[in-house]
Amino acid sequence: MSGRSLFAKDARTAARNRAERRFRAFGFSAILLALLALVWLLVSILTAGAPAFRQTFLTFPVTLEAKLLDKSGIADPAALSKVTTTTYGKLLAKALEAEIAARGIEAGDMKSKDFAKMLSEESAATLRNMVLADPSLIGQTITFRALASGRIDGYYKGRVTMESAALDKNVSPAQLALAERLKEAGVLTITFNPGFLTMPDASDKRPEAAGLGIAIVGSFLMMAVVLVLSLPIGVAASVYLEEFAPRNRWTDLIEVNIANLAAVPSIVYGILGLAIFINFAGLPQSAPIVGGLVLTLMTLPRIIIPTRAALKAVPPSIRDAALGVGASKLQTVFHHVLPLAMPGILTGMIIGLAQALGETAPLLLIGMVAFVRDFPGGFFDPAAALPVQVYNWTTRGDPGFVERASGAIIVLLAFLILMNAVAIFLRRKFERRW
Amino acid sequence: MDIETVKIRADKVQVFYGENHAIKDVDVNILDKTVTAFIGPSGCGKSTFLRCLNRMNDTIPSCRVEGGITLDGEDIYDPRVDPVQLRAKVGMVFQKPNPFPKSIYDNVAYGPRIHGLTRSKAELDEVVEKSLRRAALWNEVKDRLQAPGTGLSGGQQQRLCIARAVATEPEVLLMDEPCSALDPIATAQVEELIDELRENFSVVIVTHSMQQAARVSQKTAFFHLGNLVEYGETTQIFTNPRDPRTESYITGRIG
Repeated sequence: MSGRSLFAKDARTAARNRAERRFRAFGFSAILLALLALVWLLVSILTAGAPAFRQTFLTFPVTLEAKLLDKSGIADPAALSKVTTTTYGKLLAKALEAEIAARGIEAGDMKSKDFAKMLSEESAATLRNMVLADPSLIGQTITFRALASGRIDGYYKGRVTMESAALDKNVSPAQLALAERLKEAGVLTITFNPGFLTMPDASDKRPEAAGLGIAIVGSFLMMAVVLVLSLPIGVAASVYLEEFAPRNRWTDLIEVNIANLAAVPSIVYGILGLAIFINFAGLPQSAPIVGGLVLTLMTLPRIIIPTRAALKAVPPSIRDAALGVGASKLQTVFHHVLPLAMPGILTGMIIGLAQALGETAPLLLIGMVAFVRDFPGGFFDPAAALPVQVYNWTTRGDPGFVERASGAIIVLLAFLILMNAVAIFLRRKFERRW
Repeated sequence: MDIETVKIRADKVQVFYGENHAIKDVDVNILDKTVTAFIGPSGCGKSTFLRCLNRMNDTIPSCRVEGGITLDGEDIYDPRVDPVQLRAKVGMVFQKPNPFPKSIYDNVAYGPRIHGLTRSKAELDEVVEKSLRRAALWNEVKDRLQAPGTGLSGGQQQRLCIARAVATEPEVLLMDEPCSALDPIATAQVEELIDELRENFSVVIVTHSMQQAARVSQKTAFFHLGNLVEYGETTQIFTNPRDPRTESYITGRIG
């Protein structure tokens, strides 16, 4: 007879239960902390970056006067291209001034120069490109949607106030007051800005015109290179090492090295890429092909490791079954082992690609940080990359770029989420039980 | 009795796993159209020896086989022999049912497909049906040939594996404890099947169950610690063993 009731807890049991409760509490608070950090990150990026997708525009009629733009009157392309953006800028300022006068909006004692400063310098370039692309516009009056200057845009996004404008040589309180009246009149509008995703980067003074177009194209081209090179090379290397290679000192050495390469800091790959692809092979700087090659080198070990794990996870009984009916080694691998390992391989592949997409350091070393205004026509033309564009914008002086950088982070995150969703989808689709 | 022809002849076979001498001096003649049972305690080398007969041990890098094994008089370890061709002639059924995660049809059709045994879809259909009938599975699965093979019950899966093995028309069928993962009813079905398979194939079965060996086999070989202790008619082994170790094992004193 022990004499002790089951209802009475002894000291050891109570201590064990306390320990378990403590551990659960630690675990729960760790998760809570991690979630809070994530929410904080997302909220801060979204609030800082969302304004980048909205932009302030001024819409007004512009008369493209032939005597200013086409003095010869014969629409000769060479002569047309001699007309600089300065002329177009003056034309725009004059048109805005005229529109304000026509609508009877009170403009105070503002001069012609002050009207010009309300518009982005980029607007003049946009109008010039429009005219050069279609000289028949000359002489007509068109309704033009011009980008407002960064400070006017900043006023509506909370960066600029009347007080700060009084101290700012780029904008005056009078201009802001006029902007308010233009908004009431419907000339100034704040709308979705597709240019953020399609336009090239702009210079330090024009944050309002800076876009991610070239960075998105560049990142896409690099991902194409990484996918095309690292998928076959990575899978072939994994299959060979896992299924065919003899187990000896050499393969052990290779294995250890692959594991170590996966942990090598990415900037080291940048130096390697600079030495091999640019200095030795003579490939162009800032080109997506070089970026893709460097990222491929970096991604390969990170693909080989999960691929080998996926191959290892295929039960040996399946290999026995295939060999037992007389399949060759190669048939066994390609008919049975690889299809079963596919979900794991694809997941590893996409996570590797996602890492490559977000990689910045090696690209800085091969010149992807250069200022590029022209869209790349192929893999050998200079381009930017999304994460490098983020880095680039955070180093610029104009406060307008803070919002641009955060907006670029949102775009980058959206791509990463998309890729992970694809990974999950593929995993579900190919997953089979055995 | 018809004339007993020797299908597989093993002559002084030695198997090493690295330094470990797993099979020592095994001589055995396996007859055609006969069920031969390998019995013995765990780790005695019976499965290892079975796997030598279709060179499945080749997949284990540390494994080394010495001595001679001939199939119809041809040395299967001759460098000219491609193990892939050998395995088409010497089929194997494993301990745990291991159907491919494909349809029932594709499981059975896989062997004929890779060996190019059929020339048309109709011919392949015929082979699949014949193999499933031989494995006594046709009536249960004929309406769901496209269903996954892994969805069958354990006993059905094992019969599917037998169907898959016989689909390549092997001459010898090796079975490594084919019933150890099955319940008594499924075991009885597989045993009945083995008896039928004897008409066309030489069957070698490794088993832990002495009753099973007594029920299905005509010849029995008793392995102990890597040695072939005794080989003879099943009835003789079980009623009148010559070696004291065999007697100890079948009466349950060692094992």
